[in-house]
Amino acid sequence: MTDAIRATDITVSFGGLVAVNAVTFTVPERSVVSLIGPNGAGKTTFFNVLTGLYKPDSGVVEFQDRDVTGLPPHRIAEAGLARTFQNIRLFGLMTAEENVMVAMHSQLKAGVIATLLRTRVQKREEAQARDRARELLDFVGISHTRDEYARNLSYGDQRRLEVARALALQPKVLLLDEPTAGMNPQESARFVEFIYRLREERDTAVLLIEHDMSVVMRVSERITVLDRGEKIAEGTAEQVRSDTRVIEAYLGTGAAGSAGH
Amino acid sequence: MALLKPTRPGPAIATDRKWALSFAVGVVGIFLGYQFVVPHLPYQVASFVDDWLPLTALNEASVYVILALGLNIVVGYAGLLDLGFVAFWAIGGYVVGWLMSGFFDSARVNILGHPPIGLPNGVHISFWLVLLIAGAFCALWGVIIGWPTLRLKSDYLALVTLGFGEIIPQVFVNGEDINGFNLSNGSKGITPVDGIDLFGKLLGPFDLAFKFLIYAGIAAFVVLLSLRLREGRLGRAWLAIREDELAASMMGVPLRKTKLAAYAVGAFSGGLGGAAFATQVNGVFAERFNFSISIILLAMVVLGGMGNVWGVIIGALVLAWINSTGLVQFGQTFNNAFGTQINFPSYNFLLFGIILILMMLFRREGLIPERRTKLLLREPERGQMTALGAEAELVAAEEAIHTQTDPPSEGKLATQTDDAGMGVDAPQSGDSTEGGRS
Repeated sequence: MTDAIRATDITVSFGGLVAVNAVTFTVPERSVVSLIGPNGAGKTTFFNVLTGLYKPDSGVVEFQDRDVTGLPPHRIAEAGLARTFQNIRLFGLMTAEENVMVAMHSQLKAGVIATLLRTRVQKREEAQARDRARELLDFVGISHTRDEYARNLSYGDQRRLEVARALALQPKVLLLDEPTAGMNPQESARFVEFIYRLREERDTAVLLIEHDMSVVMRVSERITVLDRGEKIAEGTAEQVRSDTRVIEAYLGTGAAGSAGH
Repeated sequence: MALLKPTRPGPAIATDRKWALSFAVGVVGIFLGYQFVVPHLPYQVASFVDDWLPLTALNEASVYVILALGLNIVVGYAGLLDLGFVAFWAIGGYVVGWLMSGFFDSARVNILGHPPIGLPNGVHISFWLVLLIAGAFCALWGVIIGWPTLRLKSDYLALVTLGFGEIIPQVFVNGEDINGFNLSNGSKGITPVDGIDLFGKLLGPFDLAFKFLIYAGIAAFVVLLSLRLREGRLGRAWLAIREDELAASMMGVPLRKTKLAAYAVGAFSGGLGGAAFATQVNGVFAERFNFSISIILLAMVVLGGMGNVWGVIIGALVLAWINSTGLVQFGQTFNNAFGTQINFPSYNFLLFGIILILMMLFRREGLIPERRTKLLLREPERGQMTALGAEAELVAAEEAIHTQTDPPSEGKLATQTDDAGMGVDAPQSGDSTEGGRS
């Protein structure tokens, strides 16, 4: 199996603080991989390196064997890496459908003149984009919100809309940053099923940052644990669960003896 | 949630059609009225009309409409504050000055042009071609000005555009002798300029009704441009940038390119307006392009309703009329009635200031708001209400993170990208406190 993302030896520091230290990490194609760790472990920073928001001090990010280190975010998105945000960042005063269509920007061609003249090509392109947007809204189960402004959607629907918007990029890898934050257990359970569907129907790998361990343990084929910017463990749910360093990171030094199985 | 009025975006197209129809009827009505009716009215009625709504004022107002619509694309759609839009008015005007007059008298160019009889020297190109050239030339300058400045964020961008709005007219004021080259004829200006050819009829300085028709037609074109772009791929990207620049870039919208497009299209429209104005006043005069015009244009956009072309048109008409005619006439009437000698026109900026303050206090969304803006300013956000509990927890968690890690220094960001300017609000490990609604 080839890797969708391969990040090698990534180091990021802010001033004197090393937020991510020499982390190597891969996401195989069509896999579900999780990145966990206590608050401040550097997960989101690492995410931001992958999506091009931060440039790493050292290290290489490859996307399907192509070096994308330091490319601007829109180029990385175009290459097939889509994300959602920990705190929802929808375009609040655009409709759900428009939100999804924004993410198709790089796939559409129409320029100023074609749009002004409403050429046949432009009209067809818009119609196709609209159809695809509707299909995606349907896929995440919020087609009824099509013409609502994103800010007026319920919290859960906003999260779904973020996923639909990310999927509009036709990503090879979907980065979900704490997707179940604020969800109740039933909603989380539905979300787990949704991740399975994503992989099967959309042919996309999923990289998850998540605090809800029940979600992480259930969906992940592989889990990587970060603590204070360093990778302290990697493996299946079973392996990670019983790793003493992981338990220490979460529960504090000295806890491993009593908490380990 | 009973508090929330679910606001559905209605069929925008239908509203636009209604407005477009009113616009067309209004324009044709004014044209026919001034061309055929007013000359035959009794003297007193005609002079009343001429005092309170002279065609020169209508033409000038139409020019303001074109410019304000252009600025609306930059400010209203893409959310980029531009305090130097007068630069494009000036550049558009000088293109007419250069290409439709005897100014370059060592040349003798005539492309469908109409040089004054017996004076064939200079560059004389048809107004319709010059109009396009002026638009394109301004769009080019929009890109040149935008390239270095658009990496800046809101306040800084506003300051730099302000600088350019000062520099460019100054170049024309002092452009009489640039190493021996006369660019602008300095403060003397370039005058006269050639007439406009309208279906074989050559419009001179006094064919005001026909010129009104032309300027209104240009305005209509800019309206069409605005509306169609708004509904398309580029318009969505502009709105997305206005809403949340960072999220937009992560959804594949190239920030610099998209912002430059807004600048270029806005400047294009500005160029059309500038060219129109030069034919209206029969010349270009550097001193007319001062800073206050940029502010008036911005006030027109804000008064009318940022992002709504129809609102912007109304705002531009109202302010332009007050500026050119309303205050003068009101002042005369007032002074005659009360025997006072107040110089009302000199208080125009006081009045504009008061109008803007009142608008900000009571109707921030403008006279005819764009629905989105109205929503933003008038209704609470669902997320703000429902997620308050959850949000409070998140905020606490984030604060814990922020105390552990320094915020990123700006040099840390991928500076060679479009997004250098994002350093100001780039999210550090999770920034739910900040949200995407700056």
